[in-house]
Amino acid sequence: MAKKPLLEFTDRGIYCPQGMFYIDPWKPVDDAVITHAHADHAYVGHKRYLAHHLSREVLRYRLGEITLQTVEYGETVMKNGVAISLYPAGHVIGSAQIRVEYKGEVWVVSGDYKVENDGISTPFEPVQCHHFISECTFGMPVYTWKPQVQIFEEINNWWRGNIHNGIATVLVGYSLGKAQRILQNLDLLNGKVYTHSVIENTNEALRRNGLILNPTERITQESVKEEVRKGLIIAPPSSVGSPWMRKFQPYSFGYCSGWMSIRGAKRRRAADRGFALSDHADWTGLISAIDATGCESVYLTHGYTATFTRYLSGIGFDAHEVYTLYGGEEEEASPQPASLETTPENQTEEDSAEVSGRVEL
Amino acid sequence: MKTFAQLFLSLDETNKTNEKVRVLKDYFIAVPDTDKMHMLALFTGRKPKRQINSTLVRNWAVEVSNIPAWLFEESYHVVGDLAETMTLLMPQSDIGSSKSLTEWIAEINALADKTEEQKKLWLLDSWAMLDSQERFVFNKLLTGSFRVGVSQNLVIKALADISGLEAAVLTHRIMGNWVPETYQYAQLMEEQDAAENISRPYPFFLAYPIQETSEKQKAPQEIGTALGNAADWQAEWKWDGIRAQMIKRGGEIFIWSRGEDLVTEKFPELHPFLNALPDGTVIDGEILSFRNGSPMPFNVLQTRIGRKNLSKKILEESPVAVIAYDCLEFSGDDIRPKQQSERRVILEGLQAATLYPEVFHISSLIQFDSWEHLGQAREQSRAMIAEGVMIKRKSAAYQVGRRRGDWWKWKIDPLTVDAVMIYAQKGHGRRADLYTDYTFAVWDGDKLVPFAKAYSGLTDAEINKVDYFIKRNTIDKFGPVRTVKPELVFEIGFEGINKSTRHKSGIALRFPRILRWRHDKPKEEADTLETLKALLGDSTE
Repeated sequence: MAKKPLLEFTDRGIYCPQGMFYIDPWKPVDDAVITHAHADHAYVGHKRYLAHHLSREVLRYRLGEITLQTVEYGETVMKNGVAISLYPAGHVIGSAQIRVEYKGEVWVVSGDYKVENDGISTPFEPVQCHHFISECTFGMPVYTWKPQVQIFEEINNWWRGNIHNGIATVLVGYSLGKAQRILQNLDLLNGKVYTHSVIENTNEALRRNGLILNPTERITQESVKEEVRKGLIIAPPSSVGSPWMRKFQPYSFGYCSGWMSIRGAKRRRAADRGFALSDHADWTGLISAIDATGCESVYLTHGYTATFTRYLSGIGFDAHEVYTLYGGEEEEASPQPASLETTPENQTEEDSAEVSGRVEL
Repeated sequence: MKTFAQLFLSLDETNKTNEKVRVLKDYFIAVPDTDKMHMLALFTGRKPKRQINSTLVRNWAVEVSNIPAWLFEESYHVVGDLAETMTLLMPQSDIGSSKSLTEWIAEINALADKTEEQKKLWLLDSWAMLDSQERFVFNKLLTGSFRVGVSQNLVIKALADISGLEAAVLTHRIMGNWVPETYQYAQLMEEQDAAENISRPYPFFLAYPIQETSEKQKAPQEIGTALGNAADWQAEWKWDGIRAQMIKRGGEIFIWSRGEDLVTEKFPELHPFLNALPDGTVIDGEILSFRNGSPMPFNVLQTRIGRKNLSKKILEESPVAVIAYDCLEFSGDDIRPKQQSERRVILEGLQAATLYPEVFHISSLIQFDSWEHLGQAREQSRAMIAEGVMIKRKSAAYQVGRRRGDWWKWKIDPLTVDAVMIYAQKGHGRRADLYTDYTFAVWDGDKLVPFAKAYSGLTDAEINKVDYFIKRNTIDKFGPVRTVKPELVFEIGFEGINKSTRHKSGIALRFPRILRWRHDKPKEEADTLETLKALLGDSTE
């Protein structure tokens, strides 16, 4: 009989039987290793959490009082002979790939990742391993990102144009990661940056964590509309079409998401401007990242798993869709429209649909 | 092409009508006149002839993209637009082309007599010299799907603003047959219309629905409140055929469909009556199949639409005639500004004089003295093979396009059936990557038999919920089609039902669409094929 694999896919999450811990479990467990603080990866209800230092305050803000151990990238934690260490995933601030080693066998769970350096998250590092469990949210060749410098040039120009036309600028992106990435790359010579409360709460948590962010001003009842109109407003997806947003009319509203590279997706959102700015790896990013691990086999989860697995197999990888185990399907990562997003917490993630997709298991 | 690509991008970047008009004006001002006319042709549905068949374009795009063909197909299902898919998959390029839109279209047209090998060389070269945004509009030109989310009205408005000419005049001048290669911008802009185009039709006047949807039914009293005194209005049946404008000028005849297709040759049996009309006559009416002097349901007419050759058999089995309802030109004069009732008198005069009364009918007026009375008449629509009634203000001029105010349609409520969704497919355009195209079934014993496809009727929020359900309840996949766990029940509305030998269910529906999602109904309570077949009698007899 073949020996038990070091990591297995269960109905609670990715499990390490030898170390008796889970990675990003979606049902309550004793020991949870968390790749990053997005709601579809960091659930409430586990006994003990292990995550990166920079996730500390956001996790506490989102999950309340939890028993949390935090580590630096590269630091090793031993659990029953299994060495656990975290490596930068470049997805959002504090996001990590989880490296698990036992008796010389190495597995890496990517969590969500991107390969481009966004200037605020610790840049992605490929980690050598035997088995790599990779996300593939954008595992279709139609998704190829432009360098962020180019996208921010477009965003800054658009902002300047709106100021010129005397209309407000509202830029939508989810609250942990995208919002700060936007904030750090805006041309602040244009004007001030205002934030929706959901986003400012996350900013505050990150600042408590010691992160230095550009100055922002929370929008409150007292905010002066004429002033806000000259600045740029960062808002979460939940605010699209809400009375809160309508207060700033007339405005031009831009949407930052990888899905915006397809015209149909942009038109569906009825955004004035769609900026294909993603915190996930694009098609070439995924392939290069997988290749760089030197892995013997790769397991694909959430995203266009079927298509991506077929392609990788075709170019010589030992690729597996963890379809049957996850019940996941390519489209689950598709964006939910604003109209379905009701509570601020469940759509702070670009891929909020994954949350519900996984819970169903 | 740069400016044209930029136009496309700028139009995409705003949802505001005024902004779109401004962008269109900027474009018109910036480009040479020939480009203006090409753009106008493209934006009013006059796409260039397809010179390379789309399978070849697709195959060569796959080659250039350096991915397997299956992955190209999968990508297409995600993107939902062929031109965009090709653009996204090709290696990115930043070099732009200095050729104008006119030059590119001329090159495309010059491909007509080239060999396949020459076409391929030209296409690969062309792709290589365009940047991504240009490539996208170029691919749109090649594949002939040119929907831009800008209505003809907006383009006309921009032109009207620039020229000071009235929108209605411009709308008329761009009707009918013209090609940007010969129709010049200067001609379009002349103070007095000097263009000798005897075939040119007038813009159709279209009625507005008095009930926005079948959900929002209106009682006769409400119609009365909205329209006022019944005596100010005339009513006719709303015929279900092909809306057409028939022209007799300079000894020649022309028949135009509402989609501005010249369909003269499709209806030879109408030629004698049209030829006999006095020169300088234009009639608006409906072409229908007739048998024994009575109109037949649309499906009879359908058997001859789209046929290249009209065989003797077809002409015998499904002869057509016209039910005329308006006269737009008489003795060479544009009489559209005259009152409805005055035009009616002229029309009646023409019809009274015809030697072909069996093909030249006139839409009879429904006599009514109150809205309640008209409401009762409307109930008879199905028996009359009509879709409802038309209500026209007696003093109405013949206007341009769909206008509120003087022409209203009061359609009959659709027939309905509760059905179970069993297959789903992804949509296109703004519905790309979402399951929006559904197949519905009714019970035949303990089996579900598919009987209709419907694409519309749900709100965006509902579509997302259904999409979510489909992705989690797929039983099987056949290419792009998914077999879905039969569970969701919808009320399907349709205008008519007919026997069909081509469908498994033995029936075919006219205009099926989703009326509402029946959350309250379990699948067991969906309707049966029996119920549907029982309607066959009702709607055709």
